[in-house]
Amino acid sequence: MATVDKSFEAGLHSEQLRGRTQQTFFSATEEENFTYPYNAFEVDRAKKGEFDAQDLETSEINIKIRSLMEEGCGHIVVKNPRAKHSIGVGILNRLTLDFEGSLGYFGCGLIDGPNVNISGRVGWSFGENMMAGTVIIEKNAGSTFGAAIRGGDLVCKGDVGSRTGIDMKGGNIIVGGRTGTLSGFMMQRGRMIVLGDAGANLGDSMYDGTIYIGGKITSLGVDAVPGEMTELEAGWIERKLALYGMKAPNGVKNLQKIVAGKQLWNYDNLEPHEKKIIL
Amino acid sequence: MCGIAGIIRRGQPGNIGGEMTSMLRSLKHRGPDSTGFAVYGTPGKNQYVMRFKVAEQEDINKGFDIHQQIKDRRAEVNKRLKEHGVEILSEVEATEYAFRYTIRFDGDMHRMADYIEDIEGAEIMSLGEGLELIKDLGDADVVSEQYGLGNFNGSHAIGHTRMATESDVDIRSAHPYWAYPFNDVSVVHNGQLTNYWKWRRKMEQRGHRFMSHCDSELIAVYLADKMNNNIDLEQAMHDSLDELDGVFTYVVATSDRLGMAKDLMAAKPMVLYESDDFVALASEEVAIRSIFPHEIDTFDPYEGEVRVWQL
Repeated sequence: MATVDKSFEAGLHSEQLRGRTQQTFFSATEEENFTYPYNAFEVDRAKKGEFDAQDLETSEINIKIRSLMEEGCGHIVVKNPRAKHSIGVGILNRLTLDFEGSLGYFGCGLIDGPNVNISGRVGWSFGENMMAGTVIIEKNAGSTFGAAIRGGDLVCKGDVGSRTGIDMKGGNIIVGGRTGTLSGFMMQRGRMIVLGDAGANLGDSMYDGTIYIGGKITSLGVDAVPGEMTELEAGWIERKLALYGMKAPNGVKNLQKIVAGKQLWNYDNLEPHEKKIIL
Repeated sequence: MCGIAGIIRRGQPGNIGGEMTSMLRSLKHRGPDSTGFAVYGTPGKNQYVMRFKVAEQEDINKGFDIHQQIKDRRAEVNKRLKEHGVEILSEVEATEYAFRYTIRFDGDMHRMADYIEDIEGAEIMSLGEGLELIKDLGDADVVSEQYGLGNFNGSHAIGHTRMATESDVDIRSAHPYWAYPFNDVSVVHNGQLTNYWKWRRKMEQRGHRFMSHCDSELIAVYLADKMNNNIDLEQAMHDSLDELDGVFTYVVATSDRLGMAKDLMAAKPMVLYESDDFVALASEEVAIRSIFPHEIDTFDPYEGEVRVWQL
């Protein structure tokens, strides 16, 4: 498939943005240039390893996950994580990682590639700086969910706290419930889909990227303005939600689209390559 | 950064002292400087519990005279209580400088408390029918053991682990704060108030006393002032979100209620768990899970949210 076709297929190049970064920086061939991360292990998805984290400390849990990866386990199950902090961080492998229970703060930060499933809830700053992969959380999430993520799909089927997707630089955040105040604050790229309500100052100081809200928006922040939904992106959202067994309660076409109003003169007047340096 | 926690046992009273110790132990990393408990036991008939101290922990290491001074100050407290017509039913020496008295009194509580606090070094931590407020330097295990809280039976409790940022590391600046002079009202707080001095001056002009320079004390005094003007606790908490500036989450307890408020920026964490038998809340879920071995569902309150639970 030609690059431009792949790009349209992905629902891009259809934005009604006044900015240019999303079109300029998106490369449909990116996946072809993707190199397997340094320090990753050869794992077999069919090989399963599991352990009980009930009485383990954070570092012991992370070391255990690593040692199972070293043994070639491509499917790891962690039981009873008991909301401990900083679990599942820095995983640069493609593998399936299931947490049976809840995680605390800073869970799954800096991951690049794994498919993570969490049956419980996650605390503040979950998925910070995520690079690639998928994370599916069945219950709620705390604040600063997906801060500064650069890629991948970060999905929470319940409610999330405030400042969701703060400083987001790419990827997709999908929320089944509501999100709190200052969500999308200083967002720079990527997409955020929230099927419920959004708190005050949505998209405040956003540079770029797109936010879709299914419920009521308390207020828009500075620089956030309504955008117009296109058929292509509606289709993309529909497909994306279907991937995770989710549905917009009032239909995808009724999601409110929010984009950057581009009041940031200094940023908007930069050349694309200069913006890339900043981001 | 500080850690705050609260728990209500909706059914039977139980070991809230032990439960709060466990919760605060889990929050130790949020504040190692001091730990405080406000525990609500079963009120005795026509009785009050008075928790007070006559010196700071650090004073003990400052010379030889302090030991005699503590004895003298305590004797003065006893004398003044007697002068005021207070009947002392029991006395417990929790530490060399902190005491628990059970008293019987039907006079002007505010006046009596002022008279006691007029003694050098004396501070009433709490005075109430059910409330007992304990705070000291050290972590949850140290304070809990020192004051015998491991088996304290009661209906509800709040607690705090403190990382001192804007005031001293001493008992005076530790949480919880009693909403002086209201019986059984206590507050713990995580955050910073940016219009502290404006409100402190306003409160002092209205005759309220401050024992520390900790901004958290203002919340207790602020709520006490509102309630003094017949404003309901829940309304007072809503008012605080408009009138107090800064980033904060606080928990307040009375004899029969427990509430939390989160500022409009939602910059300070709080996680809640609610069931038919329990309400538990804490800065981090790990604290709640320390007392519930089974899987539970928790959630975050949102910005500008006030919740109050009845026992």
